Amino acid sequence: MEKRELICISCPMGCPLTVELEGQEIVNITGYTCKRGEVYGRKEVTNPTRIVTSTVKVEGGKSDMVSVKTREDIPKDKISECVKALKGITVKAPVRIGDVILSNVAGTGVDIVATKEV
Amino acid sequence: MYDVIIIGAGVSGSAVARELSRYKVNACVLEKEEDVCCGTSKANSAIIHAGYDAAEGSLMAKLNVEGNQIMPELSKELDIPFEQCGSLVVCLDEASLPNLQALYDRGVKNGVEDLEIITDKARIREMEPNLTDEVVAVLSAPTAGIVCPFHLNIALAENAYTNGIDFKFDTEVESIEPIEGGWKLETSQGAYETRYVVNAAGVYADRFHNMVSESKIHITPRRGDYFLLDKNAGKHVNRTIFALPSKYGKGVLVTPTVHGNLIIGPTAVDIEDKEGTATTREGLDELSKASLNVKNLPMRQVITSFAGLRAHEDHHEFIIRELEDAPGFVDCAGIESPGLTSSPAIGKMVAEILREKLDLDVNPDFNGTRKGNIDLDTLSKEEKAALIEKEPAYGNIICRCEMVTEGELLDAIHRPLGARTLDGIKRRTRAGAGRCQAGFCTPKTMEILHRELGIPMTEITKSGGDSQLLVGYNKDRI
Amino acid sequence: MKEYDIVIIGGGPAGLAAAIAARDNGSESILILERDKELGGILNQCIHNGFGLHTFKEELTGPEYAARFTEQVEKYKIEYVLNTMVIEISPEKVVTAMNREEGLFDIQAKAIILAMGCRERSRGALNIPGYRPAGIFSAGTAQRLVNMEGFMPGREVVILGSGDIGLIMARRLTLEGAKVKVVAEIMPYSGGLKRNIVQCLDDYGIPLKLSHTVIEIRGKERLEGITLAAVDDRGKPIAGTEEEYSCDTLLLSVGLIPENELSGAMGVVMNPVTSGPIVNESLETNVEGVFACGNVLHVHDLVDFVSEEAAAAGKNASNYVKNGEQKPNGREIILEGTDGVRYTVPSTINPERMEATQIVRFRVGNVYKNCYIGVYFNDERVLHRKRMVMAPGEMEEIKLEKEKLLLHPDIDRITIRVEEA
Repeated sequence: MEKRELICISCPMGCPLTVELEGQEIVNITGYTCKRGEVYGRKEVTNPTRIVTSTVKVEGGKSDMVSVKTREDIPKDKISECVKALKGITVKAPVRIGDVILSNVAGTGVDIVATKEV
Repeated sequence: MYDVIIIGAGVSGSAVARELSRYKVNACVLEKEEDVCCGTSKANSAIIHAGYDAAEGSLMAKLNVEGNQIMPELSKELDIPFEQCGSLVVCLDEASLPNLQALYDRGVKNGVEDLEIITDKARIREMEPNLTDEVVAVLSAPTAGIVCPFHLNIALAENAYTNGIDFKFDTEVESIEPIEGGWKLETSQGAYETRYVVNAAGVYADRFHNMVSESKIHITPRRGDYFLLDKNAGKHVNRTIFALPSKYGKGVLVTPTVHGNLIIGPTAVDIEDKEGTATTREGLDELSKASLNVKNLPMRQVITSFAGLRAHEDHHEFIIRELEDAPGFVDCAGIESPGLTSSPAIGKMVAEILREKLDLDVNPDFNGTRKGNIDLDTLSKEEKAALIEKEPAYGNIICRCEMVTEGELLDAIHRPLGARTLDGIKRRTRAGAGRCQAGFCTPKTMEILHRELGIPMTEITKSGGDSQLLVGYNKDRI
Repeated sequence: MKEYDIVIIGGGPAGLAAAIAARDNGSESILILERDKELGGILNQCIHNGFGLHTFKEELTGPEYAARFTEQVEKYKIEYVLNTMVIEISPEKVVTAMNREEGLFDIQAKAIILAMGCRERSRGALNIPGYRPAGIFSAGTAQRLVNMEGFMPGREVVILGSGDIGLIMARRLTLEGAKVKVVAEIMPYSGGLKRNIVQCLDDYGIPLKLSHTVIEIRGKERLEGITLAAVDDRGKPIAGTEEEYSCDTLLLSVGLIPENELSGAMGVVMNPVTSGPIVNESLETNVEGVFACGNVLHVHDLVDFVSEEAAAAGKNASNYVKNGEQKPNGREIILEGTDGVRYTVPSTINPERMEATQIVRFRVGNVYKNCYIGVYFNDERVLHRKRMVMAPGEMEEIKLEKEKLLLHPDIDRITIRVEEA
């Protein structure tokens, strides 16, 4: 049996988790103090994911850049591909929070959306 | 062919240029850095010495006292901050009293006025409540003062420029050859010819001197580390407090600045590297223990530390003369402390040599008065309001620690020999010189430099050369 | 002279939440003075996620979190002015401010809420020897340049200090194409949140060196490299542990300092531990009718708690104006941290004036594992709460019940302590 020690990143509490694995199968998770912690622990050992935030250029807005994020978390190993996909993108103002900047980034099925009004 | 080329736009070179601009002359200042006041002149104690330190009969003593006497009037003409706050030399043991007396005697012989040895402890405490209780006596020199070395240097250069002296920056002199009727200077920006050369190159003055003369000189960069403390600490002492060298060591000075900060320093370490302005752990540790004379120094209020190099010539004397074996080459070398104080007198002395040799006529258009930048802090509420109404940029604060406005930045950029770098802005306006040390104003100041001068953001530098602040754009290397 | 019931200095998360709470409490005459070109303060450059879990039960980025509040301010039509710097506040609550359009002007306030936030500690305060080249930035300055202006401050980066902004910037710069070589922390523990170490450093293989600091800076024009060394338990570099790193950028994330120059000049008394004002249960300073909240009061790790604290300040300021600026009556209980608790906010409590529940926030001075927080009414322990781990980088809180305090009319001192198991 394998034991993996994790720190939950679901919220700033940072609960220390222990995930016990039998091969690929999770047999026990301890240390979490809320449901999100259990979900995180399960995901982190099977399919770790992250929200990715970045910026793209804006033309004609009150700022030159607009902040963006993946609407949902994407697989960890897609992070760098995701950021690369944002290279060279310029959007036109006005941009509103939630506007889709790039759909289905890096084939994840997740959209990049604006997080600021510009 | 120029009549005169001055090497170096530090305070000496700029003072020479300004005095020379009183005459009809075709002259130019060559400076290897991107701005005036980039070497020894920018990193020192910022004080105007009374003149009791230098050996009796020396040129140093003479020019110190002269410079000290010129400064009150000059600061008005050039509209720069100067305060005659006085200085005290602190004597901590009876055994050293004769040394204090010797300073007094030397000062009197040098022509320093109003010197006084004070032993009345109540009076000393009233003058400086934060002096150590161990104090036995002080030498008071009311004619000593404090000045902004940046503004002194900048104002001298600016006034010289508006009176017709040329300035070329980023121009490093590489060699000097005698030619018919003068000199040829090879520089990083091409060759220049001139009848006379003034060597005001600070720590590099020996290099240029030795290119043309068989009678060699040697200048040692003597590094001094300093602490600059927050304005909250600026009133800790009212005057410049010197230590009397004693069995406790040489000691360092503690002084208020004209801008209300407190300076502690300098250390003194002889080094080889003429660019070696890095502070050291040992130096800063030494300063941290500098509280022999002044008690309760608030060392937690340090906002920055820096180091400057004094141009120490082996004979510890100013060398200001036309060289016997190189006629047409005038040294202005070995200008270490009290160089800042002496600079106006140095300028006059060198200009007089040149006037005589070149038989210069008076420049009838010379205007020695210069209007400095507006310092909002010195204005009344009504004056501020009126100014902002006229020029709204004075209502836009860029540096919140020092309360510097966009109007002051624009003025610093667009006035003669204006600022082109972050440090240039800082020296002229104090934007970035405060307690956050440019954390907040850096992006804003860069944007204004970019907008006003058309320099791309990625080419804006802290202090010229390769000191760019930004290296590129997001994602440009992925 | 213009007059307002409540003038709020700063339109960041604290100022916005205070304004909204004051309006919710019935105050109409409110003015926010903001020095930047938009409301939202530092949140505008904090484009990462992780905000709002406590307040909105969802995970937002900084700009999104700010927008929730600015939208409410707009909806409430609360007045604000941008690009406006307050330069002085008099003890009589006359606020002097300036901007391009209106020049220099005075505003008379009945109550003032200080919400100016904090600034970053600079290199100078650390006395790192060496040259002073370009390429040394505070983490927040770099964050602004990268996130708001789209510029790369450097290619090869070393970060000194493991504060949250430094950790966040390690990830940001990595994703934007820089190489972050190491994060060095002089203390034996991190100054940032655990989750940030996992998702900003561990995810990208960036080493965190605890008990290490920068002892030398090389490069005269642009930074060329630094030297790291391990430090002993007094923070002094240990000879022989030096390691050289080549880098063109050094980011400093070495602490935040509340910006209280205005407060100090008007006579507000500071707590030397927090560098923020000493406040009572209403978050009111020693100057009557002047309240403080957010990072100007004490540095927070989480904006959610800034909002919560600021809302309390806003409500209290509103009540102060409504109740005709009456003097408080009743006793003041001193609140203090001992035995590992560095400070508490507030510093005093008046049981008559407090809300049904009073949140007391504090920080500990060291890392404690499997310990307890003890709360004492005079010498009697009234609370004993287990904590798996407490660290200086993470703010703690306990709640005091008004009911309980009223049952103890004899107490004059409440202490909060760390107690070993």
